[in-house]
Amino acid sequence: MNQPQQNIDVVFEPQFVNKDTLRIPTLKVLQQDGTLYPNAMMPNIDKSLALKIYDTMVFIRVLDERMVASQRQGRISFYMTCKGEEASIIGSAAGLSDDDMIMAQYREQGALAFRGFSLENFMNQMFSNAKDLGKGRQMPIHYGSSELNYMTISSPLATQIPQATGFAYGQRLQGLDALTLCYFGEGAASEGDFHAGLNMAAVLNSPTIFYCRNNGYAISTSIEDQYAGDGIAPRGVGYGIETIRVDGNDCLAVLLATQKARAFALENNKPVLIEAMSYRLGAHSTSDDPSGYRSKEEEDLWAELDGVMRFRNWLELQGWWDQAQETALYDKYRQEVLAQLKVSEKVPTPLLVELVSDVYSDIPTHLQQQLGDLRQHLAKYPQDYPKTSGEKH
Amino acid sequence: MAQMNLLHAINNALDLAMAVNDRVLCFGEDVGHFGGVFRSTSGLQDKYGKNRCFNTPLTEQGIIGFANGLAAQGAVPIAEIQFADYIFPAFDQIVNETAKFRYRSGNEFNVGSLVIRTPYGGGIAGGLYHSQSPEAYFTGTPGLKVVVPRNPYQAKGLLLAAIKDDNPVIFFEPKRLYRASIGEVPEEAYEIELGKAEVVTIGSDITLLGWGAQMEVIEKAMELAKADGISCELIDLRTLLPWDVETVATSVTKTGRLLISHEAPLTGGFAGEIAATIQQQCFLHLEAPINRICGLDTPYPLIQEKEYVADHLKIYEGIKATMNF
Repeated sequence: MNQPQQNIDVVFEPQFVNKDTLRIPTLKVLQQDGTLYPNAMMPNIDKSLALKIYDTMVFIRVLDERMVASQRQGRISFYMTCKGEEASIIGSAAGLSDDDMIMAQYREQGALAFRGFSLENFMNQMFSNAKDLGKGRQMPIHYGSSELNYMTISSPLATQIPQATGFAYGQRLQGLDALTLCYFGEGAASEGDFHAGLNMAAVLNSPTIFYCRNNGYAISTSIEDQYAGDGIAPRGVGYGIETIRVDGNDCLAVLLATQKARAFALENNKPVLIEAMSYRLGAHSTSDDPSGYRSKEEEDLWAELDGVMRFRNWLELQGWWDQAQETALYDKYRQEVLAQLKVSEKVPTPLLVELVSDVYSDIPTHLQQQLGDLRQHLAKYPQDYPKTSGEKH
Repeated sequence: MAQMNLLHAINNALDLAMAVNDRVLCFGEDVGHFGGVFRSTSGLQDKYGKNRCFNTPLTEQGIIGFANGLAAQGAVPIAEIQFADYIFPAFDQIVNETAKFRYRSGNEFNVGSLVIRTPYGGGIAGGLYHSQSPEAYFTGTPGLKVVVPRNPYQAKGLLLAAIKDDNPVIFFEPKRLYRASIGEVPEEAYEIELGKAEVVTIGSDITLLGWGAQMEVIEKAMELAKADGISCELIDLRTLLPWDVETVATSVTKTGRLLISHEAPLTGGFAGEIAATIQQQCFLHLEAPINRICGLDTPYPLIQEKEYVADHLKIYEGIKATMNF
């Protein structure tokens, strides 16, 4: 029954509540030199997990660097780097179980690499070849893997947020020891889907971790043009969601926040919002040039706070990492990436039938007809359709 | 006259519209200082200030809802949706609000000053979500006008007419041609009447009909057919809603044949609507069934884009098939 509220705070003079009423602190563990803040709480991490995280960071740095160069050379059509946000993305993925579903926005290849997506799979997707799990249909970096519980990327922003709420609700109803983590940017949090997804998760008790990568920019639009409040975190509180803000360049803080969020969400069947404060060090994509909207000085300031360097400093202080290992790992990945690139770019394109498959579970009559007409047409002009003209029907 | 590409022509039209009427506003994602991801609003913030040309938060439903409110208040909003593929969060605002504002209020209120600009179409290796041609979702919505220019000259004249028009207009810009299409454009303001098709080439054997970026594809097919001795009449529909039945029917009455080509998928595409009307108007003059050469009935693919699209070879084959019926 919806009764009149009894025990509510009452005032007899108008009082406006503003954003300063709720000040959300930022969780930190690691200082830039790799030492811990005094009294900082440590996440659950051992040497093996730490090295796996760092290995993934280096892999992504190398992959990003190489693929941007490949795009410049015209070998792939498009790319987006993770640069600056590796600690945020990989640290949060490391706080999950492999059974947890990840629904990402598009810049989270680090999370997918941490799950074990092979270099070959990455490369085949970017070259849209016959071995691409997505059958060559989407632009580069739109990865996905059901085996690895990583939902295929969709370009439209924020659409994955209410989907994550639904997916996690299904996990809960099945009694699974698994939840869904949803990545999105502070720009996507302006979309209606953000508000719908968070409110529904809170009301319906869906064990979803909403992970906002606040990286300062949505293409050219800075946070000043994106929101007037104190970031995204207070919105979680407004929806009745447990909320935490974390330094996104502090891998240990991100890991700690995610581990705690996961435990809370599964224990209570409730959502959590994590806002990770970071910076997109690279361009939005290879189609973008940030010099049109931000200064080199600003980029340099953030580069000094690089999360990969910070984590490496910590590893070295543990005695788990040194310069020789660093050089060897970069060399290894540079060679592997280059070698795989050369292999994947030579794999043929998907068969023509993949143009009409998967529109539905079966190929309906009208699409079979259209495919047949297309084959006849291509046979008339083989030289004009070189990718498919050699195909044996 | 000046040489302009399609982007310059649009930028120039926006500039002229903002100069003569201080109630004209341009806004959308990245539209402000940066000038839009394609740079069609370049320089406008510097010239007219942040109150009139500005970034919005990243929310298409918000952009169009906001624009509806502005238009109802009497401002002249020109709202940009960054890609037509991303217009769908705003579908409710456009279909249920923009299109019905005047009708539902008995003309107590209207949003007739609103123009929604959005880049559409394929050919840029954009895959599913940077290639779509969603015009037919909107041509099924009475109350809207739907306009698609094919080159810089058309873009400027049609956009200025759309801004002046007392009805909400969705203006689909062929992004493949933004920099590729260059032509002579008058520097002063001029308008091209909405709702009027243009006979681009006069011919006698078959009428070819299209709009936007597809026009140059159809033209290429027409050249191939010409070498075979086929005389094609080429028409640019320009405004899809409300569309110029008379110009098309007059042409088909003369040629006896019609081929329509659009980028969007065949089924549910606007060519179907045209075919239905023309067969009714011209039934006794038709020498062959009306032919439609369109995208396949699949999402817009990436690596098989070349195979998927209604290219000049498919249109050329379509012309021959219609001639030989």
